[in-house]
Amino acid sequence: MTIFGDVARWFADPAHWQGSHGIPVRVLEHLELSGLAVAIALVIAVPVALYLGHTGRGGFIAINLANIGRALPSLALIGLGLAIAIPLGLGLGFWPTMFALVPLAIPPIMTNTFVAIREVDRDVVDAARGMGLKESEILGTIEIPLGLPLMLGGIGTAAVNVVATATLGAIVAGGALGRFIVDGLALQEYDQLVAGALLVALLAILTEVAFAALARASAPPGMTVSP
Amino acid sequence: MTPGEPLIRWDWIASHAGEISLRIGEHLELTVIAVVVGLVIAFGLAFVALRLPALSAPITGTAGILYTIPSLALFAFLVPHTGLSVLTAEIGLVSYTLLILIRNIISGIRGVPSDVRDAALGMGYTPQQILWRIELPLALAVIFAGIRVATITTIGLVTVTALIGQGGLGYFILLGIQLFFSTPLLVGALGSITFAVVADGALVLVQRALTPWTRLR
Repeated sequence: MTIFGDVARWFADPAHWQGSHGIPVRVLEHLELSGLAVAIALVIAVPVALYLGHTGRGGFIAINLANIGRALPSLALIGLGLAIAIPLGLGLGFWPTMFALVPLAIPPIMTNTFVAIREVDRDVVDAARGMGLKESEILGTIEIPLGLPLMLGGIGTAAVNVVATATLGAIVAGGALGRFIVDGLALQEYDQLVAGALLVALLAILTEVAFAALARASAPPGMTVSP
Repeated sequence: MTPGEPLIRWDWIASHAGEISLRIGEHLELTVIAVVVGLVIAFGLAFVALRLPALSAPITGTAGILYTIPSLALFAFLVPHTGLSVLTAEIGLVSYTLLILIRNIISGIRGVPSDVRDAALGMGYTPQQILWRIELPLALAVIFAGIRVATITTIGLVTVTALIGQGGLGYFILLGIQLFFSTPLLVGALGSITFAVVADGALVLVQRALTPWTRLR
């Protein structure tokens, strides 16, 4: 039971809230790393998935990518990220982690965006085409708005995975919240270890909840989104 | 990862063959225990959720929260209580299988057409017989889809348990990172990915053998 008291004392210590090793800085580092990784993945995956979804091509690839993504072990990605970043002279920490996070974020975004566009009622799309809408207008005004909740679901999955794996960046000397866990393990400081775990778990759950809310809010009037 | 160093040193692999096969065995063991224990717990909870629909949301909700907690954080919560042990690794690994398995067992059994269930009831099947002879066989495809995803996910997560002194092939990934040595890193990373692909293929074959009727159509 004493561990709870130790963790509470750790959080109460003002020293843990200040400076470059403090909680606010670590949270910001975590958000910066995760945000940039998801943004890069969006730029890569969304245009491809929109094209494939709209034309109906490449469904096999888009769907199977999700399965391949699951087989990629996060620790292996961090290691491979290091093997890429070091020869490029990008150093430790940020970039090796980034190289691991982007491939992790692409599959769920790609698959969900593809499915989101594909699952839009074909009758609606045909009606729009019959009314003389251009293909780009069909995509922009029909398919994307109707598919948005599902797309955001995929982005949410990617974001939660990225927030979780960004923790492992501490192994390659990165900052972010994993620092508390990895240092806590190495030094056998259980208060720091559990406090770090709490912060990471909280951030992951908040990310999940935020994207679920966003997905619900993005549904056009009259459309219900199942959780 | 230093200049002039080859990406893979085959002599290192040859001289560590014994250790590599040992770690593959450890990886297999950690994975099988996690999926089997996860399956037993998931079946129990899924049956509770099916009998008492009021508990369905809390059960999947709790499994969902467990699934959302990053693996390293979950292991970190456990270490002060269960130490750097196999038990810590397994509690974490089992937790991650639950959401996928429970969800697929429930949707598999709910997906059995009610006509089929009514017909069995009319033929005098007891609820027990309906479960074992009708519902479970018909739900097997969906349940197996869940087992495949859970297995692949677990194989990947086992590598993370290297940080708490377990890890199977993850041990080599960590070693490679610590020594800046690409050979063990690639052995661990590619080994783990290959393992996942082989395990998935094996499960597909098991599923085909268990559900011969799906091939007749």
